[in-house]
This record gives sequence, C-alpha cells and structure tokens, in this order.
Amino acid sequence: MQQVKILTEGDSSLLIVFGDEISPEINSRISAVVQLIRSQKIRGIIDLIPSYSALLINYNPQVILFDEIKARIESILSMDVKTEDTVKTVVEIPVLYGGDAGPDLQNIADHAGLTPEEVIEIHSSRDYLIYMLGFLPGFCYLGGLDPRIHTPRLANPRLRIREGSVGIGGNATGIYPMDSPGGWQLMGLTPVKTFDPNREVPILLQAGQYIRFIPIDQEEFDRIKALSEKGEYECVIHTEGGA
Amino acid sequence: MGFRVLKAGMQTTIQDLGRYGYQSQGISVSGAMDVRSFKIANMLIDNPENEAELEICLIGPTLKFTSATIIAITGGDFSPTLNGEPAPMYTAIYVEKDDVLKFASARTGSRCYVAFSSYLDVPVVMGSRSTNMKSKTGGFKGRPLREDDYIGFRIKRRYLPFFLSRHLDIHDYTETETVLRVVPGPQTEYFTKQGIETFYANEYTVTSDFDRMGCRLDGPFISTKNGSDIISDGIAFGAVQVPSHGKPIIMLSDRQTTGGYCKIATVASVDIPKLVQRKTDHRIRFKAITVEEAQKLYLEEIAELEELRKSIHVPCKEVLDCRLVAKRLTKLFA
Repeated sequence: MQQVKILTEGDSSLLIVFGDEISPEINSRISAVVQLIRSQKIRGIIDLIPSYSALLINYNPQVILFDEIKARIESILSMDVKTEDTVKTVVEIPVLYGGDAGPDLQNIADHAGLTPEEVIEIHSSRDYLIYMLGFLPGFCYLGGLDPRIHTPRLANPRLRIREGSVGIGGNATGIYPMDSPGGWQLMGLTPVKTFDPNREVPILLQAGQYIRFIPIDQEEFDRIKALSEKGEYECVIHTEGGA
Repeated sequence: MGFRVLKAGMQTTIQDLGRYGYQSQGISVSGAMDVRSFKIANMLIDNPENEAELEICLIGPTLKFTSATIIAITGGDFSPTLNGEPAPMYTAIYVEKDDVLKFASARTGSRCYVAFSSYLDVPVVMGSRSTNMKSKTGGFKGRPLREDDYIGFRIKRRYLPFFLSRHLDIHDYTETETVLRVVPGPQTEYFTKQGIETFYANEYTVTSDFDRMGCRLDGPFISTKNGSDIISDGIAFGAVQVPSHGKPIIMLSDRQTTGGYCKIATVASVDIPKLVQRKTDHRIRFKAITVEEAQKLYLEEIAELEELRKSIHVPCKEVLDCRLVAKRLTKLFA
C-alpha cells in the first residue's frame, strides 16, 4: 500500500490521497475508510466525497479544527482494515438493448467486428465496479469494460440523451441518470430510475458497489418501467463474500 | 400569502446554506454564494440561520406581495425601492399586502439577498431548499424565478421584538481590487516553483465567465510540472483549479462535486464573500495563509456575527431616552 497523505483543501475540507493510480484495491480501501468514518460519527464532519484514489472530507471548523480531525483520521487510517473480507454488493440493472432504446448498438458491433448479440453478451457478462459518482447526480464512473467493445464517442454529440440510457464512451460504460447532452454511443435503456430527487433514497447506487447489466425484453421493460414510475420497483441485489 | 414575480431579474434563485450529505452521489451543494450576507439577512429578522432566501444576481427582480411580512435586504446594492421609495438595506422592513419591492441592477457588489420572516414555501429536497439548476431540483421548480411565478409563504407575519434596533452598517462593496487569502494546496506539488510564484505575485482579473459554478480569472500563466490533469477528486467551496490553459478558476456554490484539474490553493471561507461580490474586470491578488490562520479568521467571523446579533436585540436607544421621546411626542401634538 502506498503512503497515504492528508492534505488541506482550505479551512473547511481535507483531502486524503490514497495513491496515484486507478485500481480496485485503492478504491476498496477508500470505501472501507468511508464506512469507518461514518460509523465513528465524528462531530463536525459535514460530507464525504470519495473518488478514484482520494477522499475529500468537508467539516465545520467551528466544531472541529484541522489538527484534531487530522488526528482522528490518522487513527482511523492506522486501523487494520481487511478490505478483502468486505462484502461485494452487486446491483442488477435491467437493460433493454438495441432498437430505439439503443440506437448505436450496431455502430458498436461494427466497430468491434462483432454481432450486436455478441456485444450484448460481452457487456452483460461481467460486474462493473462503481469507482465514484460525479458529473451528474447519480452518474457512476464504472471500471472494467471489456476492451473488445471499447468504442470512440460520437463525432457529433447528441443534444439530448434520454434518462436511463446505457452507453459506451471510449473505455468507459455507464448510465445517464437524467436527460443530458452527451457523446456516448447508446446501446440500451434501463427502466430503473437511478436518480429520483423525490425518493427517500434519491440515488440508487453507491461507490464501492458493483453493477451487473441484465438483458430484458420490451415486455419486461414496460413492466419494470410502470413499477419504477410508481416508486415500487426494487433492483435485485446480491451480496458476495464477507463473514 | 406570498409574492408574485412581476419581473424576474437576471438570475433570481432560492438558496439556503446548501445541500450537504449527497456529494458522494454527484449532487452539488448549491446554496448562497455570499454566506456572510445571507446569514446577516436572516439574523436581522430572527430567522433560523439556514432559512431560504432569494439570491439576486446583477439585475434584480420586481416583486408584488399578496400578504404582509417583514424582510431584510443585504449584500450588493441594487437600489431597492418599496412602492417607489428607497428601501433601507441591512434593516428589518415592514411590508404590507400589495406593496411592490423593486430592485434595479447592481450598483455595488453583484449579488444581494432578501430574507422573509414568513419563510418561503418551497419544498425541502434532500435536506435543503437550495435551487440546483443543473439537476432541476430544489428551490422553486429547480430553476430561477420567472415572470408571473407565485412564491407562497409558510407562516403569517410574526412579531419581532426590538424592531427599531434592527439595522446594521451597510457593507461597502465599492472596492475594485481585492486580496483573497488562500490556504495553499492540496496539489501544490503539481506546480513548478515558478508557477507558484506567479500565482502569488501577480494580479488576476475577473472575466465574464463568472457564474454560480465558478469564477474564471485572467492573468499570467501558472506553470505545472507535468500538465494539470489529476485523477479526479472532490472539490471544496473556493478551491482554485488551474487547467492546462494556466489561468485560475475558483470553484463556487454550483461547482461539480469532483474534477480532474490540479488545485493550487483554496480561498479562505471568510474571503469567499469578497470574491463573489466582484464584477468583470475587477482585480484580484492572492495571499497565502496557513490553515490555522484561516480557521482562526473563520471563528472570529462567527464571534463577530454573534456580536452583531446581540446589538440588534437591545431596546432602541431613542426609546430609552425619556427626553427624546417627550420631544418627539410634543412635536406630534404641536
């Protein structure tokens, strides 16, 4: 493990840098530290922003000063966290691939020299680690896309990409949590709302979890969509490992 | 019970102190840009510190009240008038049904705040009433106010004791040169020695790329050792990013939660209000201070605000002076 650094980011935030590379090991260590910090309920901590290889902590200096919070964090970092024992959580995201839902599926297949069916098979056959959320509410930065289906972004970005669109942009894959402009190649659509500000839990997915895309047909899409609209759909979640 | 928007102004939004607790999910904090002016407006009318207010930017709105309330206006001077008469700033003001409150464009500063003792009736979304324009949530329908919008109040006008004492000195925003104190880091090591010297030794100008997301500055090129890209990490309020064009961008209330450019420093919380009240072409210099100094300034400001709060919670001096009161009453009956 690389040397962890605690840096100031102004008078109300500190940045813990865990390394200078993107790797599942560093990311899972950050998830573990986030859980520890949450469980210790340190007074004065306002928010936590985990990212690929760092964790930003917003705090209120009226409640806790830099030296004190730094000491608390150092003691948490010195705890022996067995990241390999932590539970792996996989959230199933149903996706209607191709057709109107995924207008660029044929592009992706052509670029890869595969059939659309093979692209779907490759895309839906592995678990993607959610390294971090950012850019848009609920937008997940996923790791682990199979290099065979890496596809360059569209030369002309779309002005509007539908909420729920699943696409590929270069070596990344992901879900648009809301209508947004964008240049990704769209391969499908999920009926699941990953962001709903009026829901008790507005954001469905969390950093450190995994996503598995499950191909569905139009009928199943419509069924889940109807439930989602009413806020009654719950994704299938598996847990693997742990004690 | 509320007010109707007769004219919307340039970007009039509902803000409180921001939406914390959801940044790990990509949701920006939003919230008031000038936290000091925001807090003072609520303080003048005994509102809770975090009660939602209107934030007015550069060109102000015109509002017509459909019920009585008490308001306080702080921040930049937009020459506010109530029914055509100048409305005092940094003062609690009685407003009656059908009154028209009008703001012109910013004479000094660039943002002003209006607090309402009847509390704005917009829903709390994820713990906050702040408008998040990007995700179209919070505030009023997740967007700036438009002509003909109607914003309700949650309660009727309430009694405020010591009413005549509820005024404070007006903040002066006439300066056009500002020194912002900053805490160096977190990515100081990404910059060359020359780059860091450039940043602290030179004057930068506020460009027109200045909105609730951030403020782009123009000035001498700040050099990095190996480019300005970092592995994306979280961004604090007031963080100073330096992308590859070598000019600083100061990240503000509507900043994205994470970003991929190295950050040379972060503006001290107490100096962010000075920055957000600046206009295009105003000049800025940076001065490094330690995190301990910045936190001391922060605590001093909280103590200062507490003193201000006490000063408006005493009986008005004129009322205590019997001779003065007698003199005034005599005039009335003369």
